[in-house]
Amino acid sequence: MRPQPVTLRGSGSPLGSAACQLEVLGRTGVEAFDDVLARYGLAPIEAASIEVLQVNVGRLCNQTCVHCHVDAGPDRTEQMTRETADRCLELLARHPIGTLDLTGGAPELNPQFRRLVEGARRLGRRVIDRCNLTVLLLAGQADLADFLARHEVEVVASLPSFRARGTDAQRGERVFEKSIRALRMLCERGYGQGGRLRLVLVHNPVGMFLPGSQASLERDYRRELESRYGIVFDELYTITNMPISRFLDFLERRGQTARYLERLVRAFNPAAAAGVMCRTHLSVGWDGRLYDCDFNQMLELPLTDGAPATIEELLARGVAPRRVAPDRHCFGCTAGAGSSCGGALDCAT
Amino acid sequence: MDSYYRPEDLERFAEVGRTKPELWERFMAWYEEVFADGALAAREKALIALGVAHALQCPYCIDAYTRKSLEHGADLEQMTEAIHVAGAIRGGASLSHGVQMRTVAQTLGME
Repeated sequence: MRPQPVTLRGSGSPLGSAACQLEVLGRTGVEAFDDVLARYGLAPIEAASIEVLQVNVGRLCNQTCVHCHVDAGPDRTEQMTRETADRCLELLARHPIGTLDLTGGAPELNPQFRRLVEGARRLGRRVIDRCNLTVLLLAGQADLADFLARHEVEVVASLPSFRARGTDAQRGERVFEKSIRALRMLCERGYGQGGRLRLVLVHNPVGMFLPGSQASLERDYRRELESRYGIVFDELYTITNMPISRFLDFLERRGQTARYLERLVRAFNPAAAAGVMCRTHLSVGWDGRLYDCDFNQMLELPLTDGAPATIEELLARGVAPRRVAPDRHCFGCTAGAGSSCGGALDCAT
Repeated sequence: MDSYYRPEDLERFAEVGRTKPELWERFMAWYEEVFADGALAAREKALIALGVAHALQCPYCIDAYTRKSLEHGADLEQMTEAIHVAGAIRGGASLSHGVQMRTVAQTLGME
């Protein structure tokens, strides 16, 4: 039986299209990103090197979170092929890129996930799995926690709140309880204890506001999760909700898109802009296309400056600095303490 | 002025410091330190502030500390408990003055 469409794309919502999302962002009337950089005396953002290869292996996910910037869900079918996964490993073998960052959807559901992990680890690269936690409990994934531990994969796991109320509101009914069970599985295998099995939790706001202080939230999470559930972890990242895809749909339904964008612009932090992840990341889509980041990938904003469009082309032509292609969603990474796949960017804020 | 309270005035709070800025700067330095993580987490301090804001019925503070509580990871249930604490203290403060009422009544009356 085919799953019921639960995503924007599956339900035929106009916001399922990247062009419609860009149009909605443009209609807010907020300034162009590069204009704000110029106002602060900052040059347009350039990606001078690739330190992290972030590979989005597909849109399939066992969850349908309210804020998902990928519009992932059980009804999405886009999946990376073995050939494209091998091209990613070839790039890692040829260039000194230190980290392979695997994301989705639920990346573990892609048949190439384990091939990518094993290949990158053989090359001695750090591997990150952006994990929704509940995937660890699925039938057919019983050995996943052992696999991750065996290959010393860094697990970066979403947990927007240390309480059920906020987590379930954003990620679905009973997700908190399942996430706690999954975290216990990881901790039992040695994760989160300051050693080689690194466990990072990700907090993002349960609503249309910026995250609080990363350091303060980390202390709070640490105390609450350890005392209530015996769970330990290495670090907490705070990530701002990006006004695209399903979170944009959430804003649109409440008539709050312009207000949220204006808040992001008001909170622009030049120190955060100096450290945005696109300066050192390269994002690969499930079909091998290249982007500056996972958000640009979802908005179908390709690399500019004549940079290669696909991983095939990149392998043929080599790596070169490029100017990043910004749009109004970029204010999500530069607001307040900033936001990235590695959490806040300016922890002095 | 069409209203005493306008939401956009919250953003203009710093304008108060245009006169006697040295007092404003000292207030802000103290204020920031008060709300920093200490023996109490920033989330707990935001919830206390939210309760006090309700006790004072300050619409600016309610707006600001609802947002601040959310940002620090508090949820609706925790915020609702905080304002019940404020309500209970306000109610209790009224009722506790009943002792004064009883003392006066017993002095003057025959009960």
